Amino acid sequence: MNAPFQPDATSLDLLKVGTKARVSAVDWASLDEAEACRLRHFGFDEGVTVQPLHLGPFGRDPIAIRVGRMTVAIRRRHAGAIHVQPIR
Amino acid sequence: MNPLPLVAVAGSPNAGKSALFNALTGARQKVGNYPGVTVERHSGRLTLADGRPVEMVDLPGAYSLEPASPDEAVTRDVLLGRQKGERQPDALVIVVDSSNLDNHLRFALQLIELGLPTIIALNMVDLAKRDGLELDPKTLEKLLGVPVVETIAVRRRGIAELQSALDDMLSAPFCGVHEPVESDLIHLQRRAREIATAAVVSETPVRRWTHRLDAVLLHPVIGPIILALIMFVMFQAVFAWSETPKSWIEDGIAWLSNQASAALPAGLVRSMIVDGAIAGVGAVITFLPQILVLFLFILLLEGTGYMVRAAFLMDRLMHGVGLSGRAFIPLLSSFACAVPGIMATRTIDDPKDRLTTILVAPLMTCSARLPVYTLIIAAFIPNTRLAWGVGLQGVVMFGLYITGIAGALLAALVLRRGVLKGGGGGFMMELPKYQWPPLKDVAIGILTRAEIFLKRAGTIILGTTIILWALASIPQAGPGQKQSDVSIAGKIGRAIETVVRPIGFNQDISMALLPAMAAREVAVSAIATVYSIDSPDQRAGATTLQDKLQHRWSLATALAFLAWFVFAPQCISTIAVTRRETNGWKWPLFMVSYLFVLAYCAAGLTYWTAVALGL
Repeated sequence: MNAPFQPDATSLDLLKVGTKARVSAVDWASLDEAEACRLRHFGFDEGVTVQPLHLGPFGRDPIAIRVGRMTVAIRRRHAGAIHVQPIR
Repeated sequence: MNPLPLVAVAGSPNAGKSALFNALTGARQKVGNYPGVTVERHSGRLTLADGRPVEMVDLPGAYSLEPASPDEAVTRDVLLGRQKGERQPDALVIVVDSSNLDNHLRFALQLIELGLPTIIALNMVDLAKRDGLELDPKTLEKLLGVPVVETIAVRRRGIAELQSALDDMLSAPFCGVHEPVESDLIHLQRRAREIATAAVVSETPVRRWTHRLDAVLLHPVIGPIILALIMFVMFQAVFAWSETPKSWIEDGIAWLSNQASAALPAGLVRSMIVDGAIAGVGAVITFLPQILVLFLFILLLEGTGYMVRAAFLMDRLMHGVGLSGRAFIPLLSSFACAVPGIMATRTIDDPKDRLTTILVAPLMTCSARLPVYTLIIAAFIPNTRLAWGVGLQGVVMFGLYITGIAGALLAALVLRRGVLKGGGGGFMMELPKYQWPPLKDVAIGILTRAEIFLKRAGTIILGTTIILWALASIPQAGPGQKQSDVSIAGKIGRAIETVVRPIGFNQDISMALLPAMAAREVAVSAIATVYSIDSPDQRAGATTLQDKLQHRWSLATALAFLAWFVFAPQCISTIAVTRRETNGWKWPLFMVSYLFVLAYCAAGLTYWTAVALGL
């Protein structure tokens, strides 16, 4: 189980490329309804393993993220709503 | 008589649904539209082993029954029997990607709950194996409670097994559909994950192909360079690959024209057939090879999964002008034709993002402008070589494309700051696995385009050309008079000329502008027809048309004409599809007015600058 505040807890947009992490919480309230729905469709959920794979060439935005068995691209702003705990 | 049993093919995006649909129905497909919405309806027929026909319908890909886009709403409504113009399906084929069961089973679970007779097509088992993933369809069958058939749709494997499972299912009695139980996405997702995990027999970690390719194609430096190279090769190929077939078509038309002239007695009928129909339609049909090469590239880029990567690479730049990377796909398709481009904006979730993309899509240089550009450039721009492999004509053509793109980006920026302010900022896309699309599917796509183009040439273009021929031939000029001075078209042309004279357009151009409202390429056939009537002794081949242009137009006029066509919204189909996609006349009227204003200003500026420079 994840303790609520671990020292290396961070958000998905700040995670280094290649680092695997577990989603600890998603700030659904900061997203509009369609965006939240789409993120759920992609399988973002507490406990899921995520891994940033690629950054966009301009302004390091958007981010390509491995989530479960699929790869999705989302903007940095939305990745910021996903709180993660790096897996070591 | 009972209607045929209706089987719907449903599944999440990138499950290989359309490939499976193609494999089941072959080329016998019908593409239509659902009434009231602008979602395409693909249907086809399948004959079961005992000879019973079944109607198949390919539903738009959806992640769940909670829609986040208009496409997904149609899928939900069809499945629940609420879609106008569609009866409720009698059975379902749910397509899932074997290597992404965790995600795809969520929608499958929701669909199974509906209680319709259902088969799961466990698709792309080959790609799962390539990724080191071994699945047990029997476990899956037991946990889901419906038959599971392994398929590789792109190689047409497992299709016979799927058909026989369908056969069994449609023979069994069946009792009614349930409304979906209040289904919580998160809960369904967790169950999907449990079932997916249980179905895994073994998993060996392998370095996936898609990862290796993405490491290069999405590389922050190499990625954009490759994208630029692909675009460059694409536009080069549009010209280089089509040269030979184009010359065959030209020869064919010249032969036809000679045959018709020889067979028919001189007079009005011969003039109508040779100068009107053959000269007009022929001038347009020669561009078929170029259009097909362009569509070949777009279909391949889409089919391989690269198009989404291009959207990923471009998202930030598009974001800069208030669009999203998703707009890149519709805008790229608009290089072929704005109509499918505008229809492709349906994948953009945000309404203002989508509307902006629709409004700027006609600025992308569509293939219908190619005839106009090619003709004018060949006639007025000398074929000088600037450097190895780079000619002046090519540079001018490239410049016209760039002007269109710059115009689109600028227009988007202004629209997003003004009338379409606020909202937006979303970009969420799945990056599917790379795969080589079945060549048969690509061929079906290209043939469909060829058919649409030829139908247009045979109807709209033929029709407008003949009307123009009639207006340009009546009344007949007496001795010493010029036909284009006497005819009705000439008089209409002169009226339009008063408006466009300041920007350097002459009477010939004015006569061509009106019929070119039907479609841009008609401008070429219209000019060909007008000149053909004026000098009946000459055949209206492309070279003679070029010569005639060189004698009648100044370079400044030619350049202004090119600038006009970069912006002018001369295409009835685009206006019609915009009306349909935006549900009203407000936005198409807005689009037409701002584009005409831009066209007038651009042509004017070009003309005045050219005249000032003494060209």
